[in-house]
Amino acid sequence: MASAAVSHRTAEAPQTADPLVSVEGLSVDFATPRGTIHALRDISLEVPKGKVLGLVGESGCGKSTLAYSMIGLLAENARVAGGAIRMGGQDLAHLKPKAWRDLRGTRIAMIFQDPMTSLNPVTTIGKQMIDIQYREPISRSEKRARAIEFLEQVQLPDAAAKLDVYPHQLSGGMRQRVCIAMALLTRPDLLIADEPTTALDATLELQIVTLLRELQETFGCSVLFVSHHLGTVAELCDEVAVMYAGEVVERGHVREVFHAPRHPYTQALFDCDPARIRQATRQLPTIPGTLPDLRQPPAGCAFRARCSKAFGRCAAEHPPLHAAGPGQVARCHLNDPAEDVA
Amino acid sequence: MTDATQSPLPEPGLLARSLSVLSGNRTGVIGFVLVALIVGSAILAPWIVPYDPTAIMTGPRMAPPSAEHWLGTDNIGRDIFSRVIAGGRIAMLVAAASLTAALSAGLLLGLIAGLGPRWLDNLLLLVFDALRSFPTIVFGLAVVTIIGPSLFTVMLVVAITSVPIYARIVRTQTLALKNAEFILAERAMGVGLPRLLFVHVLPNVLGPLLILASMDVPLVIATEAGLSFLGMGVRPPTPSWGVILNDGYNFIRNSPWPVIGGSIPIILVTLGFTFMGEALRDIFDPKLRKAG
Amino acid sequence: MSLLEVTDLRIRYARQGRLKAALRRESHDFEAVCGVSFTLEPGQTLGLVGESGSGKSTIARTLIGLKKSSGGSIRFDGAEISQASGRDWARLRREMSMMWQDPVGSLSPRLTVKSLVTEPLRINGLPAGRTEAERLLGLVGLPAEFATRYPHQLSGGQARRVGVARALALDPKLLIADEPTAGLDMSVQGEVLNLLAEVQARSGVAIVIITHNLNLVRHVTDQMAIMYLGRFVEQGPTEQVFAHPRHPYTKALLAANPEPDPEARHERVALSGEVPSPVNRPSGCDFHPRCPWAREACAAKEPGWTEESGRGHRCLFPL
Ligand SMILES: Nc1ncnc2c1ncn2[C@@H]1O[C@H](COP(=O)(O)OP(=O)(O)OP(=O)(O)O)[C@@H](O)[C@H]1O
Ligand SMILES: Nc1ncnc2c1ncn2[C@@H]1O[C@H](COP(=O)(O)OP(=O)(O)OP(=O)(O)O)[C@@H](O)[C@H]1O
Ligand SMILES: [Mg+2]
Ligand SMILES: [Mg+2]
Repeated sequence: MASAAVSHRTAEAPQTADPLVSVEGLSVDFATPRGTIHALRDISLEVPKGKVLGLVGESGCGKSTLAYSMIGLLAENARVAGGAIRMGGQDLAHLKPKAWRDLRGTRIAMIFQDPMTSLNPVTTIGKQMIDIQYREPISRSEKRARAIEFLEQVQLPDAAAKLDVYPHQLSGGMRQRVCIAMALLTRPDLLIADEPTTALDATLELQIVTLLRELQETFGCSVLFVSHHLGTVAELCDEVAVMYAGEVVERGHVREVFHAPRHPYTQALFDCDPARIRQATRQLPTIPGTLPDLRQPPAGCAFRARCSKAFGRCAAEHPPLHAAGPGQVARCHLNDPAEDVA
Repeated sequence: MTDATQSPLPEPGLLARSLSVLSGNRTGVIGFVLVALIVGSAILAPWIVPYDPTAIMTGPRMAPPSAEHWLGTDNIGRDIFSRVIAGGRIAMLVAAASLTAALSAGLLLGLIAGLGPRWLDNLLLLVFDALRSFPTIVFGLAVVTIIGPSLFTVMLVVAITSVPIYARIVRTQTLALKNAEFILAERAMGVGLPRLLFVHVLPNVLGPLLILASMDVPLVIATEAGLSFLGMGVRPPTPSWGVILNDGYNFIRNSPWPVIGGSIPIILVTLGFTFMGEALRDIFDPKLRKAG
Repeated sequence: MSLLEVTDLRIRYARQGRLKAALRRESHDFEAVCGVSFTLEPGQTLGLVGESGSGKSTIARTLIGLKKSSGGSIRFDGAEISQASGRDWARLRREMSMMWQDPVGSLSPRLTVKSLVTEPLRINGLPAGRTEAERLLGLVGLPAEFATRYPHQLSGGQARRVGVARALALDPKLLIADEPTAGLDMSVQGEVLNLLAEVQARSGVAIVIITHNLNLVRHVTDQMAIMYLGRFVEQGPTEQVFAHPRHPYTKALLAANPEPDPEARHERVALSGEVPSPVNRPSGCDFHPRCPWAREACAAKEPGWTEESGRGHRCLFPL
């Protein structure tokens, strides 16, 4: 990737003293019969120790792909084309399956986007929750008790009785809470949560978010929180990374990014949030245009075609991550100090 | 209204996907080629055998491989290569007939267990487990003592012992599908039962089943060979692989060639169908993850 | 005449472990929805929000005839449908349709988009060819080239559009949308909702939207109903409910909606206590164990439905 060298020089990420995981210039390709999809390109970010990093961006921009690469569950046709994911001296991007089995379920756990895919439809909730504790040297009844305890933590009513039911007998939000409880059971260092609260009502969402916060404060675990719900991100996260078409386009502390977005895509995304529109309206704002073809990512800025502020330089030159404020970086030429002079 | 959603690549059909999976998978190609050769030679056996497989004294007895007899001859001078090819026809016939029977019965019983009432499901599961708890050979011996040894006996034994395996798979898949949202969606549109079964449920059950069946072919053939070897399947002089092996073992001190000739096809069949099954799995299930 | 008139609707589910329940002399089923009433006019949108597990999807499944009700009445277009026979449903299913929560999972995986969008036509013996498919895809702004794709080749937003096209294929009078925008980003969510609004303006379809997204409810619904433990606790014109919630649960729910602003200091309503389950209802008011405003009377007396000037609530001491 041409921009890799540049971005490392200019990027001034919100540096934490000691990140738990740092993704360094990660690129992931998908091989398809119609060509190679460059789904992630030169991703650099850090999940700070004991903090929550939010990940937002358009459907299909690669959030789940990034999440999967951090837990070693990339699709069969995926290939790490470059970069590394460092965690405690290991490079997760190039780990052997055996090493992954030891990490998964102990140090790293994931809550998947679709609860139905991670729950087995033909076994009871209880059996699944007991099986996942196979590493624990405790008796079956203790495992059962722990399962109930965690189901209560995620506010599932009648938790003990729920151990005997099958996934389809639960409501959508209940399934999602079961998944959350299962991920928490393993007490991971890094919890990857891919849209964990989409099926929950607002009060529950708030409780789960509070629970995640508490958990993260008591056990010092780090959370990567993928979400489309900007309100929840604002509420829960310490830092946020905004992705567009396989790249991180903006990164920084939540406060700065939400108050002063420095990338036009971030701005446009925020403008689409109906929560920001005070006056009730039937016609909601959208971002016109389409995502670029990820087989041939555009030479210049990826967002150029949909950007209202695009100018000559955007077509010609791929923007590096410019420092855009205290601890904030944005992949947009408008943040280049040289532009102000011009 | 503009289409602002991202547009994934139009994906090609099954054929193109098969080719692309195979292009990166050497064992898969080997599997398909082997299977094609085996099936082809089985179909064309009567025309391609150099000698009549039952004709005796086509050359010297117990001869090692030579230009005239590629795999040598047996104790009464029959051409082993011709017998192996002809035996392949029998093996394939047994595999095709018994697996088709087992697949159809397994599909039907599995669907009934998966979609029917709870008590029927439990009853069928009990029957499946009971059937499966006999070792195939023991079960075969029992059947043979009742109806006598023949090609049909072999097919019956193989079919009956594989039904529970297929039925269980179909049942699990059906149970998982029964509450899938797209099935509910179809029912909400008022789809009729035949269409629901044949268009929406079956195609999603069939893929894994066919893969399993392809991997089971060597097992079936080994069972046929095993029963015939024990004298409980195909009767001599019909050239089944088990019969060839049996004949060979009696004279193994004099010549190893009949045994070697009879084992080669079994090894090739096992490799071929196993590799093909693995490749099929990659083709049918594009959503596989590189999980450890 | 209202298009849909639901009165005192009750729906039960079987409990797991009937034997155990029988031994303890407990009932072998429980009421997931108990006594829900509402009406819906043509061209109107009703938002159904509330606690997770409160029975919203269950109501949807009953309206569309996948689950039998155990009491109450559902009148659709003037006719009672809660006891409708299989033949009646064949006709009814042309007039109501559903959008499912999982955009990709609700599309039959081995069918092409063309077959998927024309499926309702085919089921009803209507012509279901290329022209129909293209008309329907055009309706939701998808190019005709999508006709040959399979569900797993669609992005979430595109799969949603296929779902909308299929739901509109027969020009229904009633559309039920269960979480129509879950998992979509803000921009695609806007597109889907704009599409629904456009169709509604053109055809006058009545819509029931089930969702957890309060921002969405505020913008696209006329009426909203808030559910808790199988009952409506409040109902009324959306604007009024947002401006002045009467039921404490509504207030807690609306206050929990996070603002996309990290600085915002929220005036939250703390809900404490255990979440009750429909198997084991509390005495008196369902909400009193968690209600910050609960008084003694709340534990003893079950509040009835109070209706005043177009709004209703179920609270002894409304805010
Ligand atoms: N196995 C695969 N083969 C080919 N392309 C893929 C594969 N998985 C994902 N993609 C493509 O990679 C891109 C990123 O997908 P990903 O699932 O990471 O998006 P996302 O950001 O999680 O979107 P959403 O918010 O809708 O979940 C998309 O364009 C998608 O079509
Ligand atoms: N098939 C079933 N068998 C038994 N109980 C069920 C079944 N389906 C749902 N339930 C129960 O009925 C209640 C209501 O479920 P429902 O799916 O209607 O909730 P919901 O309001 O849609 O919740 P969510 O917002 O989480 O989707 C829950 O307690 C659930 O456990
Ligand atoms: Mg995703
Ligand atoms: Mg639901």
